[in-house]
Amino acid sequence: MKFTFSKTSRKRGVAAVVTVAASAMLLTGCVAPTGDDSGDGDASASGSITVIPKSLGNKYFEASDKGAAAAAAELGLTFTEAGPTATGSADQVPFIQTAIQTGQGAIVIAANDPAAVCNDLTAAQSAGVKVVAYDTDTDCRDVFINQATVDGIAQGLVDLTAAHLGAEGGTIAILSGGANAANLNAWVDAMTAIIEEDHPEITIAKVAYGDDIDEKAYQEAQGLIQSIPDLDAIIAPDTVSVKEAAHYLADTPEYQGEVWVTGLGLPSEMVEYIDSGVIEQFGLWNPEDLGYLASYAAQALINGDITGAEGDTFEAGTLGEYTVGAGGEVVLGPMFVFDASNVGDFSF
Amino acid sequence: MSAVMTDPAAAAKYQRYGRPLWRRLLLRTETAIIAAIVLLIIIATATVPYFAQPYTYSTMILNSAPILLMLIPVTLIIITGEIDLSVGSVLGFSSAIFGLSYAAGVPLSLAAVLAIVGGGLIGLFNGVLVTVVGLPSLAVTIGTLALFRGIAVGLLGTRAVTDFPQEVLSFAISPVFGSPLPIVTVAILVLVVAFAVLLHFTPFGRGVFAIGLSPEAAAFSGVRVNRTKLILFVLSGLVASATGVYYTLQYSNAIGTNGFGFELQVVTAIVLGGVSIWGGRGTLLGALAGGVLIAALNKTLQLAGIGSDTISIVTGAALIFSVVVASVSGSISRRRRGKASAASAGA
Repeated sequence: MKFTFSKTSRKRGVAAVVTVAASAMLLTGCVAPTGDDSGDGDASASGSITVIPKSLGNKYFEASDKGAAAAAAELGLTFTEAGPTATGSADQVPFIQTAIQTGQGAIVIAANDPAAVCNDLTAAQSAGVKVVAYDTDTDCRDVFINQATVDGIAQGLVDLTAAHLGAEGGTIAILSGGANAANLNAWVDAMTAIIEEDHPEITIAKVAYGDDIDEKAYQEAQGLIQSIPDLDAIIAPDTVSVKEAAHYLADTPEYQGEVWVTGLGLPSEMVEYIDSGVIEQFGLWNPEDLGYLASYAAQALINGDITGAEGDTFEAGTLGEYTVGAGGEVVLGPMFVFDASNVGDFSF
Repeated sequence: MSAVMTDPAAAAKYQRYGRPLWRRLLLRTETAIIAAIVLLIIIATATVPYFAQPYTYSTMILNSAPILLMLIPVTLIIITGEIDLSVGSVLGFSSAIFGLSYAAGVPLSLAAVLAIVGGGLIGLFNGVLVTVVGLPSLAVTIGTLALFRGIAVGLLGTRAVTDFPQEVLSFAISPVFGSPLPIVTVAILVLVVAFAVLLHFTPFGRGVFAIGLSPEAAAFSGVRVNRTKLILFVLSGLVASATGVYYTLQYSNAIGTNGFGFELQVVTAIVLGGVSIWGGRGTLLGALAGGVLIAALNKTLQLAGIGSDTISIVTGAALIFSVVVASVSGSISRRRRGKASAASAGA
């Protein structure tokens, strides 16, 4: 039957023509309004930046890109945020290609994969587009805006804890994430070193691992608090661990005020514990500042104020002056501390 | 339905073959999809800034090449009424084998052969489970989809092999001499021609359609149903793993998640191209045109600065629209034929 042409294949033909016409209308409808924007962009092609986050719909990158947009507005740059909905290694490639074709002055990118985007980022650089990596470094960029160094994070957490414990010091425990997580282990090692060096009054009783799993982290927090009677504080340099340590404290009011918990957390997850007073302070970096700094670095590259060489300096609006470090890295700054006064301002 | 040639309805039906070739071509789904591509390109050239550049076309092909390659054998599988959802994972598995063996000191070409043979074996595994064991291909290939993605990610862990020889990497994305088209275009065209000849001009290909229409009838007509399906699954595994080698070199990156989710893009392109998911109907040209239409749509919307969420919506809407149109016109066709035969039986 399927091999014969029925009378109604004419119908199918008509329907097919309708399909074509409808998709054409759909497209023109979509395309027309933005066509004008791109036209305007022509005049100041180098005065435009495209920010490519790891994916759209991620609150962390919504915050960083909000900061990037704010800086672009201050600088008079045309700002575009474009990115994939998935985080596949090559999913960002089409957006890099578009940025090249539309003659952007700079691409600001948090690469999902440091290698897969390189062909196209290199093509961008040879087409005169400056490349700023933020959040995650790539193999081919002009500068990398690093949100935190190992020492910066470790120092920040130790300072918070030392300030709380005061001169008489006390006993603390560290509740980390995965035992094999390289970044977490680097932070734990750095904290241990700083405490040994600068804070003889503080003793680290134990390092436990929550393995990035809610229940495990909760049980480990419980184990630490119950097994170490004179425990004064827990540092949890991992978002799951600090959330679950706070969760355990919230469930056991008898320990509230006895054991003090801090660490690296997400404001959206920690806000309830801050509001209820279980936790006073925790740290992370401010993603809005990260995006803000990335836009200023892009502008400095476009203007030729910096080339990405070590020792180059540039002004980054309200954040002040920054210096490009070794390997083209720009460090955002010390750890950002969240407390009751600011935790509600962040949605990530 | 058993009307003889003297039946007026049947006679009218056969008369349609007397129509000029151009009219017959005009009424095909493939023609509509190709017309949509042409129209889209005309509109995009006129309204989207920067679209009319060779770079647009070269990147369009580069970005969609893995999908265009893998959809070629999968189209034949879908025409038999089966499906192969494991191709994205075969790509990832092949990428992992290729990268790991190269990193372990195996020469590049031998590493590529290992990876492609590995993909062929996965295809054989799929094919044996479907034909010898008699399991549904949907279940089998969802199983191998998960299985080989897991193995690929497990083999490489968080590691990525990226240090391939620069001249090979450059060759993978180099243009065909004197044109903006990347070298992979040649591979796509050669494969399409080879598979189109196999599908449309050989007894094997007619067997593929016959299996899709009715496996029992095909078997009674002398088509070796299981052998045909087995060959197609092996071909699909080979092409998907060869695509894995290409993809690894295209992005200079062997990681376990390469090709994640590609199977659905492959099936989307094929169905958009007018191939029936129930089997028995469709052409390779249509499936390829479906893939190119999605690629062109993506490129146009990206260049117009439209977000990827909207692009996803447009692709989905286009697919549903095309399936609904095909289904509605199919059911009208069946109803009319039913009436015609009832009328002739009554007379």
